[in-house]
Amino acid sequence: MVRTADAVVIGGGIHGCSCALHLARRGISVVVVEKDHVGRHASGVNAGGVRRLGRALPEIPLSVAAMGLWHNIAELVDDDCQFVPSGQVRVAENGEEARGLEERASLLRDAGFNHEVVIGREELRDLLPAVSPHCVGGMVVVDDGHANPYRTTMAFKRKAESLGVRVLEQVRVLRIAKRQGTWRVDTSTDPLDVPVLINCAGAWGDSVAVMLGEPVPMQAYAPMLMITARMPFFVKPVVGAQGRTLSLKQFANGTVLIGGGVRGNAVRTTNTASLEFGGLSVNARTAAQILPTMRGARIVRCWAGIEGYMPDGIPVIGPGRQEGVFHAFGFSAHGFQLGPIVGSIIADLVTTGATAHPIGPFRIDRFDSPPQRQRDALT
Amino acid sequence: MKSHYQLAIVGAGPAGMAAAAAAAECGATSVVFDEQPAPGGQIYRAVETPAAVDRAILGVDYWRGAELAKTLRDCGVDYVPGATVWQVSPTREIGVTVDGTAMLITADQVIVATGALERPFPVPGWTLPSVMTAGSAQVLLKSAALAADGAVFAGTGPLLYLVAWQYVQAGVAVKAVLDTTPISNYFRATRHLAGALRAPQYLMKGIRLLRGIKKAGVPLIRGVRDLRMRGDDAVSAVEYRRGHDWQRIEADQVFLHQGVVPNVNLSYSIGCRHTWNEAQLCWQATTDSWGESTVEGVAIAGDGAGINGALAAEYQGRIAALGALYRLGTIDADERARRAAPARAALAAERRIRPFLETLYRPPKYFRVPPDDQTVVCRCEEVDVAAIRKAVAVGCVGPNQLKSFSRCGMGPCQGRLCGLTVSELIADFTDLPVSEIGYYRLRPPIKPLLLAELAELQTPAASDR
Amino acid sequence: MFTNIGIRDRDFVRVIFEDQEIMVPQGHTVAAVLLAEGIRSCRETPVSGAPRGPYCMMGICFECLVVIDGEPNQQACMRHVREGMSIERQHGVAQIGPDANAAQDPAE
Ligand SMILES: Cc1cc2nc3c(=O)[nH]c(=O)nc-3n(C[C@H](O)[C@H](O)[C@H](O)COP(=O)(O)OP(=O)(O)OC[C@H]3O[C@@H](n4cnc5c(N)ncnc54)[C@H](O)[C@@H]3O)c2cc1C
Ligand code: FES
Repeated sequence: MVRTADAVVIGGGIHGCSCALHLARRGISVVVVEKDHVGRHASGVNAGGVRRLGRALPEIPLSVAAMGLWHNIAELVDDDCQFVPSGQVRVAENGEEARGLEERASLLRDAGFNHEVVIGREELRDLLPAVSPHCVGGMVVVDDGHANPYRTTMAFKRKAESLGVRVLEQVRVLRIAKRQGTWRVDTSTDPLDVPVLINCAGAWGDSVAVMLGEPVPMQAYAPMLMITARMPFFVKPVVGAQGRTLSLKQFANGTVLIGGGVRGNAVRTTNTASLEFGGLSVNARTAAQILPTMRGARIVRCWAGIEGYMPDGIPVIGPGRQEGVFHAFGFSAHGFQLGPIVGSIIADLVTTGATAHPIGPFRIDRFDSPPQRQRDALT
Repeated sequence: MKSHYQLAIVGAGPAGMAAAAAAAECGATSVVFDEQPAPGGQIYRAVETPAAVDRAILGVDYWRGAELAKTLRDCGVDYVPGATVWQVSPTREIGVTVDGTAMLITADQVIVATGALERPFPVPGWTLPSVMTAGSAQVLLKSAALAADGAVFAGTGPLLYLVAWQYVQAGVAVKAVLDTTPISNYFRATRHLAGALRAPQYLMKGIRLLRGIKKAGVPLIRGVRDLRMRGDDAVSAVEYRRGHDWQRIEADQVFLHQGVVPNVNLSYSIGCRHTWNEAQLCWQATTDSWGESTVEGVAIAGDGAGINGALAAEYQGRIAALGALYRLGTIDADERARRAAPARAALAAERRIRPFLETLYRPPKYFRVPPDDQTVVCRCEEVDVAAIRKAVAVGCVGPNQLKSFSRCGMGPCQGRLCGLTVSELIADFTDLPVSEIGYYRLRPPIKPLLLAELAELQTPAASDR
Repeated sequence: MFTNIGIRDRDFVRVIFEDQEIMVPQGHTVAAVLLAEGIRSCRETPVSGAPRGPYCMMGICFECLVVIDGEPNQQACMRHVREGMSIERQHGVAQIGPDANAAQDPAE
């Protein structure tokens, strides 16, 4: 039996579920197709960081807009997603790093953003009493925070379903072809006929793009995380480091999550992401050096999730080359926070053909070689 | 200890010790890691230095372990006690902590011989202090000569009767044995009696144990089909039901047991394929006839690959080692077959009793899938049946979704005491076969690892080579 | 209550259990010592504050967690006594924030 709908979303991560939700709010009928289960990959297993701090310049407007939604997330999805506006801080361990932070702050001020605030040694100590004495300062965004990723993704899914979205799990998209002005999507079960197709396939986004004739230079890696047994409460904001890879946060239940982007190995065909303890060791050392209390922590679990990385570290968001095609993938390990807004942007594009958000830098054709781009412009 | 071995064996129980002996005979550089301070595993724990003065109380079978331990000490393999293996990667990189130092070493072949653990026994009140397992009673007896006066033993399976018998031998009062074996199991088991009679020593042993318990005047109450533990800060009474009425026994110590199941945490975390064994009601690693798992170069020996008992584990250990030696190129196929022949014959003989035992001591569903909403399933995170029911209702139809949603299985025991219950509960709620529900996705470290140890991890490049 | 059924000759070591000195046989695990001393519960859970004691005695269940020489979360059934070792019960719930029970951390 052929299914039909106004739109199909490929991928049941945060972006897929958010697109579905925002489209459904605008009266569009949507089917989400997910090859595993919703939240199985990056969106369900990430570090839950909700930050504007340290974002690449082109992402800042989107990130700022997303933050507005995060602070009222229950209004959007009927669940608090365990979002905690704990603040985020990036620690400088020496003068040079502190100067780097100053430069960054002034760069942002010039671009019209004031959320990143540089703090000195004393303020850092007030904010982070457990910080190692060698740290000289930092940069803070006070109402950044963190949320529970799996719970958030499920909340988006449930809310979307309550608005009529159908979510098909364990169904894989195999082929896509244009037939009489609609897209025929062949899946591992029944095919779908839809006018609109949205690629939110995360670390598999490039293979969906290939099905649409739009190859992109994406790579898949597996950022690793480790979590400790419950510890006495000792750190409120999410802690990162200017000079090294680190992101550390303590949840209300006392467990501490350590990550920041140290990579394990991703094998996309088998859905496996294997750990690399050499890298985790370096990550652990960084945590212990910046917050010495961490030496006594007990790591109870480690994991890695598969994520798609673009060469320039920012995602693909926007229309594809063919009519009715939209992309939102390749979030390069910082897409969770953008989830609530990207769905709304895609819904803008689908329903009105335009969006007020500046998405130019995320065009899919930015990786084309210049002649290719010219050829595209001519045709 | 070296930074690379041809063969690394995890576990120094009968399977691991036998594997080491076989490897030594053929001259492969091998290492045996075990968390305990001395060889023996669970069954032959403390066999070199038993705590009790009176050797007879532990029974004759126990002393077989002494010989294996002696061979392990003398055969020339590196034996590293007090070593916690917290990861084996699919490329056979091994993470191990010894004396507070964590290190990575490598091996061409790995044998996982991490044995079994006792099946969870989720009944109301099983988390109260002084509710322990029959296995724990035996550990205390073997390694510390400690026994609890006036304890109640409840459950089913050979180990339960053995420990009660050992208590009786030691002159310790046993208040009661509450036998949860369903009466129908006796009828079903008769079908397998012929096989059992080909290994009569096991039947005789069982009869002897029960006779010993009864002769000592211990009340043996059969057909118990409902159990709950009572008490405030610790257990003070056991209540049970055979028909309609609850009975009560005051007791300040209870030992529960309903069989043992493979300890699959390491093999799962390596990525070995596992399947549901419906006869033994547990997950077990898929292995070929040489014990090799679906991950190349990683073999599983002993109870970890399905429960067959201590003697079988010994033969399996030997067979797995010969398989590994062949893959290393140390021996050829003929020599492998020749050396394995006696072990194969002995293993086949050992397995004859299994269908009978599995049928007779098959724990009933009402003790595996707790019917009571308030029964705690995940002891670490205190998640009860009701919470799991609720999570399944909102769409968490697998153990991993459940884990993310409810924290069930996320505590330090890493699902060892709730994983089986969770698989079977979800299967029950969703009316799907357990084999389709699956198990927790397990990742290293399989034991909590001190951050400071990880931060100072010794890698092969850093240590000697 | 656990009692000694006749232990072989062993040396004794001195350990300190919550300010109290006790002589215990060498080779005992910390959990065995606690049980022999009649200490039934060794900790309270961080989730609900329920008392817990050793359950499996083989390093599986993590119910026997205690503080040894000032270090929390030690498995009493896996640690062997040493001369001068200090052992304390672990009170899990007191150290963590107020809404801890409802809160989750992410998981894979
Ligand atoms: C370990 C880790 C830590 C991170 N930490 C943070 C953080 O702290 N803060 C932050 O903002 N971001 C973080 N990120 C990044 C963030 O998680 C991702 O950018 C974001 O979740 C991407 O969402 P997605 O929906 O694009 O991808 P996914 O969640 O991976 O969803 C894509 C889905 O598409 C499905 N799919 C693929 N191909 C097909 C097909 N052919 N047919 C059907 N289905 C298909 C996949 O199975 C998958 O479920 C982290 C990422 C990882 C891995
Ligand atoms: S009693 Fe189970 S881990 Fe110590």
